[in-house]
Amino acid sequence: MKEEIIIAGFGGQGVLSMGKILAYAALMDNLEVTWMPSYGPEQRGGTANVTVILSDAPISSPILDAFDTAVILNQQSLDKFESKVKPGGTLIYDPYGIHHAPTRTDINVISIDAMEVTFDMESAKTYNMIVLGALLKVKPLVPMESVIKGLKKTLPERHHHLIPMNEAAITRGMALVK
Amino acid sequence: MTVEEIIKPENRVYAKPRLLNDNHMHYCPGCSHGVVHRLIAEIVEEMGIEDKTIGIAPVGCAVFAYNYVDIDWIEAAHGRAPAVATAVKRLNPSRMVFTYQGDGDLAAIGTCETIHAANRGENITIIFINNAIYGMTGGQMAPTTLEGMKTSTTPYGRRIDLNGYPLNITKLVAELDGTCYVTRQAVHTPAAVRKTKAAIKQAFKNSMEGRGTSLVEIVSTCNSGWKMSPVAANKWMEENMFAKYPLGEIKNTVK
Amino acid sequence: MEEVRLMKGNEAIAHAAIRYGADGYFGYPITPQSEILETLEAEMPWETTGMVVLQAESEVAAINMVYAGAACGKAVFTSSSSPGVSLKQEGISYIAAGELPALIVNVMRGGPGLGTIHPSQADYFQATKGGGHGDYHLIVLAPSSVQEMADFVTLGFDLAFKYRTPAMILADGIVGQMMEKVVLPPFRPRRTDEQIAEQCPWAVTGRPATRKPNIMTTLELDSYQMERNNERFQRTYKMIEQNEVRYQEYYTEDADYLIVAFGSIARICLKSIEELRAQGIKIGLIRPITLWPFPYERIAELSKQVKGMLCVEINAGQMIEDVRLAVEGRVQVCHFGRLGGIVPNPNEVVDAFNSYFSDAKK
Repeated sequence: MKEEIIIAGFGGQGVLSMGKILAYAALMDNLEVTWMPSYGPEQRGGTANVTVILSDAPISSPILDAFDTAVILNQQSLDKFESKVKPGGTLIYDPYGIHHAPTRTDINVISIDAMEVTFDMESAKTYNMIVLGALLKVKPLVPMESVIKGLKKTLPERHHHLIPMNEAAITRGMALVK
Repeated sequence: MTVEEIIKPENRVYAKPRLLNDNHMHYCPGCSHGVVHRLIAEIVEEMGIEDKTIGIAPVGCAVFAYNYVDIDWIEAAHGRAPAVATAVKRLNPSRMVFTYQGDGDLAAIGTCETIHAANRGENITIIFINNAIYGMTGGQMAPTTLEGMKTSTTPYGRRIDLNGYPLNITKLVAELDGTCYVTRQAVHTPAAVRKTKAAIKQAFKNSMEGRGTSLVEIVSTCNSGWKMSPVAANKWMEENMFAKYPLGEIKNTVK
Repeated sequence: MEEVRLMKGNEAIAHAAIRYGADGYFGYPITPQSEILETLEAEMPWETTGMVVLQAESEVAAINMVYAGAACGKAVFTSSSSPGVSLKQEGISYIAAGELPALIVNVMRGGPGLGTIHPSQADYFQATKGGGHGDYHLIVLAPSSVQEMADFVTLGFDLAFKYRTPAMILADGIVGQMMEKVVLPPFRPRRTDEQIAEQCPWAVTGRPATRKPNIMTTLELDSYQMERNNERFQRTYKMIEQNEVRYQEYYTEDADYLIVAFGSIARICLKSIEELRAQGIKIGLIRPITLWPFPYERIAELSKQVKGMLCVEINAGQMIEDVRLAVEGRVQVCHFGRLGGIVPNPNEVVDAFNSYFSDAKK
């Protein structure tokens, strides 16, 4: 098993932390994992992306030019990464703020209204967990209990009371995928 | 009286401190460094802290200070003595750590390290020899060179419009919250030497007691650089240097 | 068994240093390595191991603090990124001249000048050929994984103390910022003052009545003595060259072609090699782990086996000079790299190889 994923969107959407929770979940599942962010000042306001690779064998390059799965959360990222999805791969995107929808037909394109769901949730900070839920529904890379363990690892103890809310968001995200 | 009689212990009125060794000093006759070296040796000996004392030598005339006082020393890069002292003291909190720096080292290239070590309130002593000139490199302008003073790089005298103002860095350091004791002294008369000794001793005590940064400026002569006899240099210092750099205690929070 | 953890390379360095029993860290923030200082401040090792952590006023102050700590026989280190490491060069020269053990971490970013915050390997020359003034070398370790970021803290300190010479971890923005699995080294207690006095009799500690003053100076105006000092340094470097060359090989047994790459880009090249092998090209990789001392001998041997070599570096061609020295013209040695903070992706390396060695597929 090997899954090469790019998650891309605006800084502040929780792109890097979504990748981090996925990476921790993979760690809990005894998989090999690399998490390689775009780093620097563009993390706020500009675009941010993170490459997450999960594998049951040692991982060579943490930097890729083709992905099994792309999770796209804004137009700039769609423009940049649509062409980088491997033929037969998966592109998950949130149409909120997307003016030019993906056009490729050789990949599996899935639209998820994650932002719409966020408006129902008590906290806008659950957005990336909704997206993660959708990703995990499409690609069951790690079981839910590993994700919860991953959340426990990434969240400081004082925020552990938020875990049920995040779990609910993941479930809502899963339900988005038909 | 023969030499043998003179050197009998009972006839001795003066002895060099044990920690001041017999190495031939490279300082020019009339230079203030020798006096201050002796004071340091004397104070460390009197305080019984030679096994706890670490000196940081500068780049400048006092670069070889480590050759004359028999304690452990680190020779720092030009201007970096306060940074070196910071690390030595933090890694060895039980030690008495002092820097020994000239005006170029402390107030030009090392201004940043001086200000920040003092501002952090590092428990160190800075001994600052201000003779308003770069002695080691042959008499160039220092940050503390007085207006109109001739040096090899201000051959017609320091001009404010070209070279800026003499830097009263000690006053500036005294403004910093991290300093506990800032004083300006000299060693041109026996009375002044006694006062300087008391000042350095106070500073060393402060360092051992963890009270913050102490700075003892010693307004000094460089008769070679100033191109004067030692006596004339002392007189010139009293008449000119003390006007810009008046002697006395500037700050003392330890009283 | 030690816990497997997930963390950034920069964080791994901080944790590994605390566990090594480091006595002090002195640093100044600069992207992409600030997590080292941030992690150390957050861990507060002064409360546990007694390690000193200080955010200095500049890179210059920080490296001089390291010089000072090393002169006291303490295990001290600093970290920075390329422009900051340039500022440290005078201090590094002093540490080398003082025959002092210390660890310097450079998480490289693109230059010259203020350059970019993105990854680069353009400080190879600076790290391996001296960097500061005078005839000296650093032991230079090039990690290609987060695990090696942690492991090389121990290795770097151990080698630095063994040879009394500064060691450098030459990383880049990729291994600094990337998270992957790591097993941290076990905790070791910091050495006591008694142990330091015994193991480092030269250390500046405050002079007990039983010994002469210890003086750490790098000034020697007697040219004959200074020449003898330099000859002593060179003997140490010779010993390091004999004992400490480290490298790793992949698929070299049957290789007709060889990629030479260090650090993070070697990982990327491994993926390129999978692709090239799938195309039927017998290609291998040698990854120098010590950039100084450089594995000249092994590369010379391999140059008798292969038909061509490709050096892949995130720079304009620096390590290639050492590779060519080793190869002595026996085979063609080409270079591929990207500049400005751009990291070549695996396909670009494949394309570069195929364009240089177009008859390899036959």
